Amino acid sequence: MTAFLIRRLGFAVITLFAVLTLVFVLVRIVPGDPAQVILGDQASREAIEALRERLGLNLPLYQQYVVFVWGALGGDWGTSMMTGRPVIQEVLNVLPWTLELTFLSLLIGVVIGVPLGVAAAVRRNRFTDYAARIGSLLGLSFPPFVSALLLLLAFSIGLHWFPVISAKSGSLSAWVESITLPAINLGLITAAYITRVTRSAMLEVLQEDYVRTARAKGVPWSVVVWRHALRNALIPVITIIGLYLGILIGNSVLTEIVFSRPGLGKLIVGALNQRDYTMLQGMMVIYTLVVVLVNLATDIAYGIADPRVKFK
Amino acid sequence: MSEVLSPARAIWQSTLRAFNTNKTSWVGLVVFVIVVLAAVFAPWIAPLDPLDQNVMLRLKPPSEDNWLGTDYYGRDIYARLVYGARISLIIGLASTALSMVIGSAIGMIAGWRGGRLDTLIMQVMDILLAFPSLILGLIIVAMLGPSMTNIIVAIALTSIPPFARIARAPTIAMKEREFVDACRALGFSDMRILVGHILPNILPEILVMGSLWLANAIRTEASLAFIGLGVKPPIPTWGGMIREGFENILDSYWLVLAPGTAILIVVFALNLLGDGLRDAIDPKLKGEA
Repeated sequence: MTAFLIRRLGFAVITLFAVLTLVFVLVRIVPGDPAQVILGDQASREAIEALRERLGLNLPLYQQYVVFVWGALGGDWGTSMMTGRPVIQEVLNVLPWTLELTFLSLLIGVVIGVPLGVAAAVRRNRFTDYAARIGSLLGLSFPPFVSALLLLLAFSIGLHWFPVISAKSGSLSAWVESITLPAINLGLITAAYITRVTRSAMLEVLQEDYVRTARAKGVPWSVVVWRHALRNALIPVITIIGLYLGILIGNSVLTEIVFSRPGLGKLIVGALNQRDYTMLQGMMVIYTLVVVLVNLATDIAYGIADPRVKFK
Repeated sequence: MSEVLSPARAIWQSTLRAFNTNKTSWVGLVVFVIVVLAAVFAPWIAPLDPLDQNVMLRLKPPSEDNWLGTDYYGRDIYARLVYGARISLIIGLASTALSMVIGSAIGMIAGWRGGRLDTLIMQVMDILLAFPSLILGLIIVAMLGPSMTNIIVAIALTSIPPFARIARAPTIAMKEREFVDACRALGFSDMRILVGHILPNILPEILVMGSLWLANAIRTEASLAFIGLGVKPPIPTWGGMIREGFENILDSYWLVLAPGTAILIVVFALNLLGDGLRDAIDPKLKGEA
C-alpha cells in the first residue's frame, strides 16, 4: 500500500509540473505583448517597459520559468491584472462555493446512481434495466447548461419555488434555496454516469464463481447482491468517479453561470472577458491541484475498497 | 470482429449485424442523418434568412411565419437553428476526426514500441485525461482567440487521450499474433504492418468510440459558445443562441428552449448510436459510461 501510494504521489507531482509548464507555454504563445494588452494602445513606451519589468517579462525565458514555478509552488500566483488583488486570495474566496456544490452533487449522484445501477444489473434486460439505461444515456446527453436552464425555467421562472438569482447567504434557508437547483442539476448528470458504471460493473461481478457459490450455500439473494457483489463492483466505480470529478468541475462552471452562483466558474468567465492572464494561470493551477488531490484520494479509497491493491 | 483480409461484403454484413443487435442504434443513426441533411440543405428547409434582422418582429413567440419565434434582433429562430447545425457539425466532425487520427496513431505507436516510450506516452495521456477538458478547451480558446480553427484544435486536443487508450490495448494484443510475425518475416516495415494490418482490425472500435466522442465534441462546442468562446456572431451557433437568449429568459423562454432541445436531440442520437454499436462490438463493455 505504501509503495503504491508513493508511486501515485510521484505521479501527482509530475502531473503538477507538467501542467505548470503547459500553462507557462500557453501564456507565452499568446499573440501580443501582455504588458501592451493590459495598458492598452495609448500607453507610453516607458509605462510598458516598467510593467514588463514588474511582471518579469524582461528576464530570459528560462528565468521566467523558474520564477513562475517557484512562485506557484510557494502560493504566489501573481496579482490579478484587473482587481490588483493576489490571485490566490481571489481563488480561495470562491473555492468553497465550488467545492460545496461539487461534493453535494457527487453525493446526490452516488445516492441515486449506485442503487439504480444495481437494480438495473439485477433485472437485466427487463423494464427497470431499459428505463435505467435510456434514462442514464439521456442524462449523459444533456449539456449541463441546458439542463440547468430547464430547471431554472421550470422551478424558478415557472413555479417560483426558488429565486432566479441565488447568491444570498447567511441563513440556512437561504443556503438551501441557493444550492438546491444547482446541486440537483449536477447531481442528476453525475447519477447518470454512476448508474451506467455501476450497472456494467455489477453485471460482470454477478457472473463470478463466488457469487454462484454464495447462492449455492444458501446466502439470501439480497445479501449476495449488496454485500458480496456490490463491494467488488465498487472498485471500478470508484475509479470512474475519480476520473469523472474532472468533468464535474468543468460542468460546475456552466452551472454556476446559469444560476449566477459565485464560484470558480464565474471567476474564470470574468477573467476570460477581461483578458486577465495571471488570473487564468492561477485558475489552471488550482484546477490541476484539485484534480490531482482528488485522484490521490481516489487511489486511497481504492486501496480501502480493494485490499488486494496493498500487495501490488 | 472481421478478419484481416475480409472482403467488403463481410464488413458490410458485420456492420449490419452490429446495428441489428441493438435496434436503438438505428434510431440514433436515422436522427443523426436527418440532422446532417437538414444542415446540408439548410436553404431549402429554412426559407428565411438566419441573419435578417427586423426590429418590428423583436422577441415574438412562435407563430405561423416564425415557427419557433424570433430573437432580440427579430431574426427567425427556426432558420438560425437549421443553419446553426452546420457549425455544430463542422466543428464536431473536424475535431473528432483530428483527435481520432492523432490519438489512434499515438496509441498504436505506444503499444507497438512498448517500453519506456509507451510508459512516457501513456503518462502524458493520463495527465491530459486528468485535467477537466472543458476548462482546458476554454483556456486554449481564450488564449488563442475564438476562431473556428482554434475551437476545433482545442476540442481535438482534449479528446486525444481516449483514442490513444483504445488504440493501444488491441495493438499490444495483436503484436503477438502470428499474422504479424508473418508480416515481419516478409520484411514489411513497421509502418506497413501498423497501417495495413493492425489498423483494419482495431478500426471498428475506434469508429464506435468516434461516434461517442462526436457527441461530446458537439456538446463541448455548445458549452464554449455559451460561455462566449464560440464562432463570432452573427453566425448562428446553438450555444451562442442560448447565450443570447439567456439575457431575455424571464419573458422569452423559446429563445433558449429551441437550441437547447436541438443540442440534446443530436447528442442523444449520437450516444444511442455509439452505445448500441459498442454493445454489439464488445459485449463486455455493455453500458459502461
